[in-house]
Amino acid sequence: MSLGQTTSIALHGLDGAVVTVEVDIADGLPMYSLLGLPDAALNESRDRVRAALINSNEVWPNKKVTVSLSPAWLPKSGSGFDLSIALAILIAHGALPQEPLESVVILGELALDGRIRSVRGVLPALIAAYKSGIKRALVSPENYAEASLMSQMEIITFPNLSQVLRFLRTGEITSAPQLELDTSVDDDLPDFSDVAGQARARFAAEVAASGGHHLLLIGPPGAGKTMIASRLPTILPALGLDQALEVTAVHSIAGSLGTRSPMSLVAPIVSPHHSASRVAMVGGGSHAIKPGACSLAHHGVLFIDEAPECAVGVLDSLRQPLESGTITIARSVGSLTFPAQFLLVLAANPCPCGKFTGKGRACICSSLAVRRYLGKLSGPLMDRIDMRVQVEPVSRTEMAQTELGESSADIRARVVAARATAEARFANESWKLNSQIPSRALRTTYKPERAAMNFLHDQLEKELLTARGLHKIIRLSWTLADLAGHKLPNLADVQRAHQLREGSEL
Amino acid sequence: MSKVGEKKNNQKTGAFGEQITAEYLKQRGDEILDRNWRVREGEIDLVSLSSDGIFHFIEVKTRSSLAFGHPFEAINRDKAHRMQRLALAWLATHGCLGCEYAIDVVAILIAADGKHSLEYRGGIL
Repeated sequence: MSLGQTTSIALHGLDGAVVTVEVDIADGLPMYSLLGLPDAALNESRDRVRAALINSNEVWPNKKVTVSLSPAWLPKSGSGFDLSIALAILIAHGALPQEPLESVVILGELALDGRIRSVRGVLPALIAAYKSGIKRALVSPENYAEASLMSQMEIITFPNLSQVLRFLRTGEITSAPQLELDTSVDDDLPDFSDVAGQARARFAAEVAASGGHHLLLIGPPGAGKTMIASRLPTILPALGLDQALEVTAVHSIAGSLGTRSPMSLVAPIVSPHHSASRVAMVGGGSHAIKPGACSLAHHGVLFIDEAPECAVGVLDSLRQPLESGTITIARSVGSLTFPAQFLLVLAANPCPCGKFTGKGRACICSSLAVRRYLGKLSGPLMDRIDMRVQVEPVSRTEMAQTELGESSADIRARVVAARATAEARFANESWKLNSQIPSRALRTTYKPERAAMNFLHDQLEKELLTARGLHKIIRLSWTLADLAGHKLPNLADVQRAHQLREGSEL
Repeated sequence: MSKVGEKKNNQKTGAFGEQITAEYLKQRGDEILDRNWRVREGEIDLVSLSSDGIFHFIEVKTRSSLAFGHPFEAINRDKAHRMQRLALAWLATHGCLGCEYAIDVVAILIAADGKHSLEYRGGIL
């Protein structure tokens, strides 16, 4: 037979399309043509496939080899087609039977010596394969753990090409694929008990985790803003399986799974440096569109330290994902949508020199500089931040305390309980968190106690509050009520929410 | 071995390969019309007329090892096009322009023990 056929997947963002790899070997001078809109990395597959075949003691056909990746109109990229092309060539050459590879999706890059290397985006690729009815997959050993998340599929893995071939020819497995999955969750996560003092900021973090409220921490350098933010994932509830799959899929496409176990149920935290570009923040790129920091923080925390130092427009590019929970990136190669539901935590110094706290005696900034500094956080963005919290320098008494603060596990128990209360309340609604209650529902079904509403309406009348601010405060007060065990937010809850939202000294 | 010697050796190998090909063609029933026909643009190793009246222009590649790849790999698109121009030049010179013709290539591998294998691929263009 001079025709061979295998199956692989082309990824476009998180969506995958099944690609049929067809190889025809015809008489003629030795030639290799690759059809089906390959990118540069894919075009170089010829040399990798050839070297891998020869170094696995297979015969390279010195004939006219035509490789077609169909559908032909779909642009394809990356080295993940190497293995499927190599196997299709061997089938076309008559060196392999076709049957065992019917409806097996093949993903892997080939090293020159025939080893099978990992590729990006295995999980989303397998999800696409499964949706189109494929039940078996052949992947590299490094991708095995990630691929195994698709427990409905049969995953096969081999370290190199010759063992794949031996298996396909004889059904014999020479080295048992590693079957144990690394399910251990990282134990060396930081803990909230490390944070000294900072009762107000700790409480704000707890509220943020419970209701999904975005948070701004303002305080001098060294007060513990970063410490608090980096411990937020430890008090967020563990990801559900579906959520973990979504997170792993996004990280897989970005190629950042090296830093995160594919099985991890811990909410991700992404902290881009303040020099990050807009593309780094929301995603983009000219050839292959990659997810940005806000998608990598999906179902987790996006923490931006020194937020006022960010370039103009970078923070504001987060407004769309903050609103819709997704980010749509349009480029000449097409437009893509990535999920981006994250908890935004911004940290800022009170002024450029960082010493404008308390009486502000040590501060050397002019009042104009101070105003301009925090003014860089634009109005529309600040409108979406539910809490502005001052982080004071740690005091002498707090530092001297030998007792450790409350641990993450204890706080998380309260967060989980508060979230459960909210979820039970919203059982018949389309949202799950207090921060997601639409404003119409706030005016009708989810009104706080009458005394609390009177207080808010007074504030509104005195023009101390905008209508949007009022809604934000009500949402926040629902979380406070859930944490305190109140059925309805009372006056104290609303006043506290008001205080958290406005920031006391700002 | 000196460079001059190497060159001579290669020429010998080439001539040997062409000899084998000629015998193969004769056995097939072809009439050998020309050998090493040379013009400024290049050279045609063999020209033969097969029994069905087609002119064959044959490039012979002889190798004593696969260290430099398969003989056929030495024939790229440019080389094939040059052979076609040469073929047309030959036909024009001999007044047969418009006759049916084919460009063929032959790969000959000579093993260390003197045994050889021949691979014939016709109509490459």
